[in-house]
Amino acid sequence: MYLIIVGGGKVGYYLSKSLLAEGHEVLLIEKNPRRAAFLIDELGTDHVWVGDGCDSSTFAQVGMNRADAVIAVTGDDEDNLVVCLLAKRKFNVPRTIARINNPRNAEIFARLGIDVTVSTTEIIQAQIERALPLRSLVHLLALRRGGIQLVEGRVAPGAPADGRPIRELGIPADALVVMVVRGDQTFIPSGDTILQADDELLAVTTPQSEPILRRLLLGT
Amino acid sequence: MRIVILGCGRLGAYLARQFARDGHAVTVIDREREALEALGPDFPGETVVGMGIDAEVLRRAGIEQADVFIAVTGYDNTNIMAAEVAREIFGVPRVITRLNDPLRAEIFQELGLKTVSPTTLAAEAIRKCLED
Repeated sequence: MYLIIVGGGKVGYYLSKSLLAEGHEVLLIEKNPRRAAFLIDELGTDHVWVGDGCDSSTFAQVGMNRADAVIAVTGDDEDNLVVCLLAKRKFNVPRTIARINNPRNAEIFARLGIDVTVSTTEIIQAQIERALPLRSLVHLLALRRGGIQLVEGRVAPGAPADGRPIRELGIPADALVVMVVRGDQTFIPSGDTILQADDELLAVTTPQSEPILRRLLLGT
Repeated sequence: MRIVILGCGRLGAYLARQFARDGHAVTVIDREREALEALGPDFPGETVVGMGIDAEVLRRAGIEQADVFIAVTGYDNTNIMAAEVAREIFGVPRVITRLNDPLRAEIFQELGLKTVSPTTLAAEAIRKCLED
């Protein structure tokens, strides 16, 4: 695949490196000439373009119209948006991926037609939640349409779910427990499955029902 | 009309005072409080301190009721993002964006934004001076 990455900071550099190692055709666009010189030394002159990634003349020169995906990873949300809007609307690039810093921009980017957003803030938050027993549901994945989330949680001792069948819990209609990990066993539960403390669950839920699910599973 | 202006530099402040003098309800957003003070103590409109690409800040500035949104910060991409949010998310009927880069102004004009490029306007004016 031909992948164009805009923004040669740490994220752009390591991303380019690993995508190159996977055998993709990668071009990294960086506007700061000094930074670009370092990137050329590291990645080779064929894989770095010195220029402004928000400038459509750059895009025309790098063959944007044949790119399979454009990945905008500068440190500024507005720059990443403009890169993806140009790629999408002007050059018909099939997949546009933007890094965002403000998690609230995820919805705005989606509504403006950007295919995927990656929120560094949310990823770090999810890692912290996983590392620390914060007694909350960990967000694993947000499905783009409809705001459905895939979440992970561990049944807390004494929570409403501890020792009761799923059917009796009163889980809202727009939430569903889809997988249970108990010790070395993993299974898909039915309504009759009786949950136990320390069961690890995967569930899908809308944001509206998440607090109810959290209370049932975690007692918080 | 209800007019929201993003960016209180020379152009933003000048527009805000003019529109207010003409009797429009004007709200000006800037991330620097000091920039908003340039409007003077007798400015009859509203001011909001915050980032114009933040939907929450735009909401506080009354974007949902606005008839016109004008993005005139010094940063082209900030103006584009704010204008797209105003147009696509909040459905503001008239959105005008100042872009210093003439090429970007041309492209986003093609893509449906109303753009004004001071660079192009000044260049045309200067050429005209020479023709006369």
